[in-house]
Amino acid sequence: MDLEREFERVVAAEHRVEPRDWMPDGYRKTLVRQIAQHAHSEIIGMQPEGNWIGRAPSLRRKAILLAKVQDEAGHGLYLYAAAETLGADRAELTRNLVEGRQKYSSIFNYPTLTFADVGVIGWLVDGAAICNQVPLCRTSYGPYARAMIRVCKEESFHQRQGYELLMTMMRGTPAQREMVQDAVDRWWWPSLMMFGPPDAESANTEQSMRWRIKRHTNDELRQRFVDMTVPQAERLGVTLPDPALAWNAERGHHDFGEIDWAEFWRVVKGDGPCNAERVAHRRQAHEDGAWVREAAAAYAAKKRERAV
Amino acid sequence: MDNAYEALADEGEEKHWAFGTGFTAALTGVDRALPAGVERADLVVYCLMLGDDALIHAQRLAEWCSRAPELEEDVALANIALDLLGQARLLLSRAAEVEDAGRDEDALAYLRDEREFRNVRLVEIDCGPGPGGDFATTIARLLVFSSWRLAVFQRLTASADPVLAAVAAKGIKELAYHRDHAAQWVLRLAGGTDYSRERMIAGLTQVWAYTDELFTTHPVETALGGVAVDPADVRAEVAEVLDTVLSAAELDRPEVTQVAALAGRAGRDGVHTQALGHLLAELQHVARSMPGAVW
Ligand SMILES: [Fe+2]
Ligand SMILES: [Fe+2]
Repeated sequence: MDLEREFERVVAAEHRVEPRDWMPDGYRKTLVRQIAQHAHSEIIGMQPEGNWIGRAPSLRRKAILLAKVQDEAGHGLYLYAAAETLGADRAELTRNLVEGRQKYSSIFNYPTLTFADVGVIGWLVDGAAICNQVPLCRTSYGPYARAMIRVCKEESFHQRQGYELLMTMMRGTPAQREMVQDAVDRWWWPSLMMFGPPDAESANTEQSMRWRIKRHTNDELRQRFVDMTVPQAERLGVTLPDPALAWNAERGHHDFGEIDWAEFWRVVKGDGPCNAERVAHRRQAHEDGAWVREAAAAYAAKKRERAV
Repeated sequence: MDNAYEALADEGEEKHWAFGTGFTAALTGVDRALPAGVERADLVVYCLMLGDDALIHAQRLAEWCSRAPELEEDVALANIALDLLGQARLLLSRAAEVEDAGRDEDALAYLRDEREFRNVRLVEIDCGPGPGGDFATTIARLLVFSSWRLAVFQRLTASADPVLAAVAAKGIKELAYHRDHAAQWVLRLAGGTDYSRERMIAGLTQVWAYTDELFTTHPVETALGGVAVDPADVRAEVAEVLDTVLSAAELDRPEVTQVAALAGRAGRDGVHTQALGHLLAELQHVARSMPGAVW
């Protein structure tokens, strides 16, 4: 009990918790779950944009896209490493993902249908991820906070690159402008859903805020994202697909329409357009690579034996 | 609350943009004039040969993205593909510049047809993750290709074309890493399990049938004495490198019949395998279906 009180005092005073420090079981479990889901999101997130690497319409865009998707693999690696400092086992976390026992961000359960989706994902999806993740750079668990600093830095490049692609396309042909608008129409609402359910229905928020794992509520972050994105959309020359979107001078924020929470829960529960496909792709890669990982392990073991 | 964007975006800091600065900076200050006594058309073709090798191999390697046996390998293969893509861009840009017909790297990559591509057939065949191969086949190709290209690039650093010399000088560090990465995997797969050893042998056998083409001198290479490298000159050196790796892995050099050329013509003359057309269909589709678009 004393340990627990001391822990609460430490996090309330904004001190970092490090791997060897005592921590409540609930804190450890919450973090492992959150970091694992975050890592899985990075890895599954490689697929929607990876879908366009082979077809990227200029060599510069191909290089940017391949480098971006590679960054996401790197983010997954930092995060799995952070989870391992809490005693989690990466192989087990991977099994949880490929067997569908652990979730990842629902945004990746939507299909990428044109090359404009690459730009819109960079702008809106990486943008929303940044809003969610910047506060995590000050989260109470040290290794997670440090991983997030690296991740956020790269996400901000992804966002700028995505926006720059869209700017370029908007200066192109009418067909390109249409393509951008179509992609915005498809990704806008799912991007708003990335902040999770409304505060009233969010189960974990309160405890996580007290432990300084989370620092802002879902609705606060969502509002922030809308406020930042609206002027960017104007500059770009696209229309966000929400007739209710309007500046509210009294609140000092933009009002926006009701999110389709039924769709949100449908996709979270596994019935989005690409849920099955994303997990199957990951599982296939994992299974196809099993003999390679086994060979590497066997070779390393033989080498160790010889060295003795 | 933090301003999520401003907190992180350091304006004017461009180095994380792929080829934001590195791409042009790699060759700043290099004399780009056509070297004396060089036939313009020959130099264009030679730049296309080396550029297409890199472009097509990069396209194949990028197919592994999100499909590699482990995350670390996903990152490594993407790195190698990015290096080759960078080499391709420099070489295609040089081809376009020498040609002086208003084309650029993208016109050359996206608007040429199959018969105009000059890459060796080794880089275009499916070595996995498609049904034509697997990770061992991919590694076998990477070992052969990077050993050969490294030997060529080492000589190319002395080219009478300062641009080719600079591209080669930048490339040899990358290629040495690619070769080393492939060699490490050959050792692991050959010395791992019985199954992985079998796969490694099968992979080497599959790609070995396309190796002769790498060392066959093309008339353009002969015509460009002092500028181009005669690949026949690196045959012994590359064989020695490969033998060293194979013997460390306790493997024999595969004994296979070479895939025939067509009346003496193969990739360097634009005579390819059936695989290239499909690869280009994917690579070029968006660029071609939206004429006039800017990316
Ligand atoms: Fe990421
Ligand atoms: Fe990202």
